[in-house]
Amino acid sequence: MTTVQPAMLKCDELLADRTVRALVCCGSGGVGKTTTAAALALRAAEQGRRVVVLTIDPARRLAQSLGLAELGDAAREVPGVDDTAGGSLEAMVLDMKRTFDEVIEAHATPEKAAQIFANPFYQALSSSFAGTQEYMAMEKLGRLRARADHEPAGWDLVVVDTPPSRSALDFLDAPRRLASFLDGRLLRLLATPARTGGRAYLRVVSAAVGGATGVLSRVLGGQVLRDVQAFVAALDTVFGGFRERAERTYRQLQSTDTAFLVVATPEPEALREASHFVERLRREGMPLAGLVINRMHPPSAGLSAERAAAAAEELDELGEHATVAGMLRIHADLVRRHDRERARTARFTGAHPEVAVVEVAALATDVHDLPSLRRMGRALASG
Amino acid sequence: MSGKGPASAAADPGIGEVRLHVVSGKGGTGKSTVSTALAIALASGGRRVLLAEVEGRQGIAHLLGAEPLGYPERRLLAAPGGGEVLGLSVQPEAALLEYLDVAFHLGRAGRLLEKLGAIDFATTVAPGLRDVLLTGKVYEAVRRRSGGEYAYHAVVLDAPPTGRITRFLRANGEMAGLASGGPIHNQAESIMSLLRSPRTAVHLVTLLEEMPVQETAEALEELRVAGLRTGTVVLNLVRERLLPAADLPSAARGALDAGAVSAGLVTAGLGGRTPAPGRAFVPAPGSAGRESGTTERRAHPDRTERLARLAEDLAEEAAAHAARALLEEELRGTAISWELPTVELPALGNGVDEGTLYELARHLREQGMVR
Repeated sequence: MTTVQPAMLKCDELLADRTVRALVCCGSGGVGKTTTAAALALRAAEQGRRVVVLTIDPARRLAQSLGLAELGDAAREVPGVDDTAGGSLEAMVLDMKRTFDEVIEAHATPEKAAQIFANPFYQALSSSFAGTQEYMAMEKLGRLRARADHEPAGWDLVVVDTPPSRSALDFLDAPRRLASFLDGRLLRLLATPARTGGRAYLRVVSAAVGGATGVLSRVLGGQVLRDVQAFVAALDTVFGGFRERAERTYRQLQSTDTAFLVVATPEPEALREASHFVERLRREGMPLAGLVINRMHPPSAGLSAERAAAAAEELDELGEHATVAGMLRIHADLVRRHDRERARTARFTGAHPEVAVVEVAALATDVHDLPSLRRMGRALASG
Repeated sequence: MSGKGPASAAADPGIGEVRLHVVSGKGGTGKSTVSTALAIALASGGRRVLLAEVEGRQGIAHLLGAEPLGYPERRLLAAPGGGEVLGLSVQPEAALLEYLDVAFHLGRAGRLLEKLGAIDFATTVAPGLRDVLLTGKVYEAVRRRSGGEYAYHAVVLDAPPTGRITRFLRANGEMAGLASGGPIHNQAESIMSLLRSPRTAVHLVTLLEEMPVQETAEALEELRVAGLRTGTVVLNLVRERLLPAADLPSAARGALDAGAVSAGLVTAGLGGRTPAPGRAFVPAPGSAGRESGTTERRAHPDRTERLARLAEDLAEEAAAHAARALLEEELRGTAISWELPTVELPALGNGVDEGTLYELARHLREQGMVR
């Protein structure tokens, strides 16, 4: 059996490349995006880059070791980072409500902004709406990059984790979906009371729309629709801003100073998602640095699974060396497991031979402090 | 599969009455696998069970290598004793159109709403409405009757992950508050009372790893605050411990007796002469141990050195296994401290296929999650 040998993803070269100013870690939920982002950010900082890492919903212990014990979306310096190479590391957690508020503040007069903030529909939209987290992650990335560009002595690398969506593609699609909704026909229709008069066909359309909003109103309850209408009226001045912003940030992702890292585990679903994402990036002309396959289980010893299992059985029969028999079984298990993992990743690399890949061995314990992040960084760099 | 908590699943008095089983868990913990196995277990003995997913993820179809699930329910699996499991992927758009049709007899008007983007609006944008529609369809299936009996003995919901589960289940409460009056308000209230009743149980799937266990603890607290009932904690993908318990601490430290290990390997027919006993392995931080091993090695390693090298590599693998086993033991303790019914499902060799689902279903029955 011949397998395609994919190119090796060289993380240190990527981190050393000063033209890369944004690194986006994508992948389906539960594959280790947050730890990968944090490990790479730490490694880049200790190799001399001035890094800010944006995490989304980090596990508590990881947040603590990044100095993010208290929530808040201000960037904080991570304590304990080795700065001898001249780098630095700051970390922050995405606060989507706060970020959304800032977008509104940037585009509306203070009175309009206050009106919008008080609207129940906005409150729901900014805190629990499907897609808001993705939109705000992208918005925050845009703002961090803008700040990095304006302050030459500030950050020179922004590393972002992406929301734990069911699909990695949501990160790319949700912002546009939200922007197009906020600018959509429906909201405009809702905002405009049905006019009377005018040409005959317009009257028909108006009546149809009136009927439709009537139904919506009956379904949702009248108050919801009134809130939405008030929201839309207040948001009117902000509309162009929203759409432009979403488009601008999206286009930024296509520039060569951005690099995408797709993160997966050797599980069918995670690899399937990674595959979709890689294809999408190619279609959109977005720069893919490579694929990180997390939590592989490479064996250390070179013994075959069959010999190890046979030797363990031999010891069982003799009734001796229970510990060694156990060690041999651990090895046999590991070899078989790794074979399965290789078979799954081979399917990905077969379909995408051009994608550089690095495999990272599973660590025996969770990654939640700087030493373990450094270990993971080393593994990412050495493969 | 020992180690069940003081409150093993069999001790729970109310589980027989549960008709809606909501299964959540952190991403990657095997929610869809557990949901499917639970549906099979519930259907065993000639019952009819609905297995529903709500995120359009098609996790169940992928698991079974089946065609994607759709909106009309269809038969997925047979269960032992003549039972059957039907599958449904609840799509919010279809659920809304169905709802409008039933509530308002909107044939053409429904399509007009769709054209205007109102369906999109309502399902992807109106806060919480999507979740209301998804749970609404599940509610309908739970209560559906045919010939005077419930159409389904039970409904298993492959639900959103722990990070979103409480918000998902509470959406109806919020909608009931937001939409004051209107049919949605009323429906939202009835759904919420089903979800809060003893007929609904929220089961949480976790691995014995730190982050999933921590997220489970957080979800339990959120569910409790929201007044939702927790069912069983499913410890999934539990690995068999392959070393004698007494060896774990020393194995984890890399402090197994190197001489004894080499001797064992020789006995098993894997080596040459026995080196002097009594030398312990130096704990190998990362791969440093292997690198130094490489530099020390001569150009033509003799059998003794090869044996020592093999012993060292196996010890490194055993150290990772032991560290994980010790961590699992600690986390199992955490899970037991929640004082909820707990079941354990083993990691089965070759990943999941239909056969393993039946085996997992058997485990769930044997451990009393389903009777």
